[in-house]
Amino acid sequence: MSQITLTINGESHTLDVPPDMPLLWALRDKLNLTGTKYSCGKGLCGTCTVLMNGNAMRSCTFPASGAVGMEITTIEGLDSEAQHPVQRAWQEVDVPQCGYCQGGQIMTTVSLLSRVENPDDEQIDAALNGNLCRCGTYKRIRKAVKLAAEYTSADKKGGSQ
Amino acid sequence: MIAKASSRRSFIKVAALASGALIVGVSRTPSAKANGKAKIEVWEPNLYVRIDPNGVTTIVSKNPEAGQGVKTAFPMVVAECLNVDWETVKVEQAPLDERYGRQAAGGSRGTPDGWDDLRIAGAAACFMLKSAAAKKWGVSKSECAAENGFIVHKASGKKLAYGDLVGLAAKEKPPEVDALELKSRPEEFKLLGKFVRGVDNKKIFTGQPLYGCDTRLDGMLYAVFQKCSVFGGRVRKANLKEIERLPGVRYAFVVEGGTSLRGLQGGVAIVAETWWEAESARKKLRVDWDADNANSTTSFEEQAARLAKQEGKTVREYGNVAKGFDKAHKVLEASYYYPFVSHANMEPQNCTAHFDRSSGKMTLWAPSQNPGSGRNLISRTLGIPQEKIHVNLTRMGGGFGRRLTPDFMVEVAAIAKEVKEPVQLQWTREDDMKHDFYRPAAWHHFKGGVDKSGRLVAWDHHFITFGNGKKPVAGANLSGKHYPSGLTPNFRLRQSMIPCQVPTGPWRSPGHSAYCWAFQSFFDELAESVSVDPLQFRLQLLEKAHGTAPLDLHRTRETLKLAAKTANWGRSLGEGRGLGMAFHFDHGGFTAHIAEVSGDSSGKVKVEKVYSAADVGPIINMSGADNQVEGCVIDALSTAHGEVTVNGGAVDQNNFDDYQLLRIGQAPDIETVYLQSDNRPAGLGEPPIAAATPAITNAIYAATGIRIRELPLSKAGVTIG
Repeated sequence: MSQITLTINGESHTLDVPPDMPLLWALRDKLNLTGTKYSCGKGLCGTCTVLMNGNAMRSCTFPASGAVGMEITTIEGLDSEAQHPVQRAWQEVDVPQCGYCQGGQIMTTVSLLSRVENPDDEQIDAALNGNLCRCGTYKRIRKAVKLAAEYTSADKKGGSQ
Repeated sequence: MIAKASSRRSFIKVAALASGALIVGVSRTPSAKANGKAKIEVWEPNLYVRIDPNGVTTIVSKNPEAGQGVKTAFPMVVAECLNVDWETVKVEQAPLDERYGRQAAGGSRGTPDGWDDLRIAGAAACFMLKSAAAKKWGVSKSECAAENGFIVHKASGKKLAYGDLVGLAAKEKPPEVDALELKSRPEEFKLLGKFVRGVDNKKIFTGQPLYGCDTRLDGMLYAVFQKCSVFGGRVRKANLKEIERLPGVRYAFVVEGGTSLRGLQGGVAIVAETWWEAESARKKLRVDWDADNANSTTSFEEQAARLAKQEGKTVREYGNVAKGFDKAHKVLEASYYYPFVSHANMEPQNCTAHFDRSSGKMTLWAPSQNPGSGRNLISRTLGIPQEKIHVNLTRMGGGFGRRLTPDFMVEVAAIAKEVKEPVQLQWTREDDMKHDFYRPAAWHHFKGGVDKSGRLVAWDHHFITFGNGKKPVAGANLSGKHYPSGLTPNFRLRQSMIPCQVPTGPWRSPGHSAYCWAFQSFFDELAESVSVDPLQFRLQLLEKAHGTAPLDLHRTRETLKLAAKTANWGRSLGEGRGLGMAFHFDHGGFTAHIAEVSGDSSGKVKVEKVYSAADVGPIINMSGADNQVEGCVIDALSTAHGEVTVNGGAVDQNNFDDYQLLRIGQAPDIETVYLQSDNRPAGLGEPPIAAATPAITNAIYAATGIRIRELPLSKAGVTIG
């Protein structure tokens, strides 16, 4: 066991973890932050995506001890009332079927929109290529990403007025 | 116009009694005192509806939610007939409770089975509220109307909210079913048929606990369960002492299993303080297995080739097939093959349980499509009386039929029985891939005869499937009454079976999702052999029945025509582009798809768009309906990539690197249209998948000239870009 301090959703957490424990399991089993999901454990499906310093990362293969000093954002940390532009877009389009992968899809999209203001289909496909959805909501995901981009720029305009 | 449910009246009575739609006042729970006033009671007119004096309406959803949308769609039906404002309704998931009748997500049966009960539950509560208001106002009930959570008396302008009527309504007798007017036609609905968003969306978007694996209980431990990778293998011995000493590990023990592949399989349980510690300990586990299973894909192929030379057993025969072929203008033979495939739910199997030793009560939190079967299996296997097993239903990260089989429930119960603490069993992706109940492979050898105009005059089909004893294994059956039986004057279906010790089970639209591809591909080959358009070939096939029709010909034709119209079938396409079509009927739903594909003979293709038409009676939730059709199309294309192979009684595949699912860049655009009617509604979780695969492969042929007779697509050198 080693004691580490992680900054998650703006809060500092000190916890004891086995040295090789991936961030995913520190979140789920040590901190009961179960919004980040397990699916493949090998970084193959994107379900466990979180933001680390704003970049989309696979928490199932990233050791918790390596995340010390980074700003970690999980799906719980977006907006608890689901008012983040990406959450609003996902609601408007009603993207989910089973919904299990959607946290990862949303986090990857947040990261994409922080880099690309108005992504086209190709950029969306490239960014979300590593996020599997077994239910097949891809058509709606594409639509929601574009809508989220619109919401984001509308929010920015609104904010600057 | 309101349609009375007269034709099914007697059935409704029985169904309603069996499923709680009219069970009255089962528990009138006192709510908190409001504003210091006297105790106010929540009115619970039946198992589905609760209205509190503040007007908050809670609708209980009885069936498990796997992403098929039932937790939104079912309460919508109740709300429609209760005439309540949907935006104010709270939805609650029911636990397993026999008073609800069947509680399962399978066979697309939720919607058709629930249709009467849910409408009765809503309409009966509304009836009682109306009676209560009419008495209070001293007016005739027929002068009162229910509108959006209020009973109104138009003549006097009087109006009372449901919340203000609950005390009086509770004194009303529940109505006879005959007295209820049940809406059934799309034009009568205010809420049904609209685009309504999922009731769990907010929790999903904010990461709140919802799924089986999100269950967290005080003092809960985490378990992994190592089974033998060879099906049916049993533990001889294991290095348990060493495992017990590893960090975080609290228990390590052998669970004795039975002999049935569908029951509890033996293995080693490791229970630790965190799942990662349990899984890390498993990497040091050494087990001496007693395993004896020589099943392999190679041996299946050899047996299938041998059986193909034999006659097989005749399942159904009518007319005279030999004479039919003699008279045919063209006779064609072709063989089709599809492999075993996995369900690959995004949420690997898991389950949480707590066994209270003093009371002998087992409580489970189960992401199960069929919790009742899980309770039965636990009771039978572990000797716990049914009434001592309580099952809470959680949302599931995908079902597709996998979670109909309750192996993970009995495993966690067996582990929980040995430990004091609540315990969560979480499988790895690899556990999930290697211990699925796979959709079985099959070989189809077709011989078809057509006349000059492309009418199917004779059909002979040798179906090589898997079976032990006399019957095909789960998910491996093909009925002799399935089309084209009944659509041709001369028909024969023969069957041969290969013994199978690989677990198989229902996989989204069991059977149909696999064999429809073979039928509908061969139809295109037959049409082409006499230069008949694929649409014309199918419409002719569906023109008249020979004997009993295997499906409603009119509805099938109309669905196919609608798809063709939507896709503008017959339009000219440039080089390297093609359209393909297919229709199907299963689980009460009629569907047809037309796929548009671009590509060339190199095998690199892109599915540009799929046009889908469905007739499932009235649409309950337009968003949910579109989602299911789109999901089925993607699932069909995704699964056409998948192949599970077996070697030495164990599955070769491990994870999403060697069992690939479709990615966003490969997904086509999808346009969905419906034929709506007041036919009894069917579910949509299954019907749209079967015909999607052949529509796509027929389009691949049209675009590239590559006829796909074996799946996965890679066998024909086809890749989807």
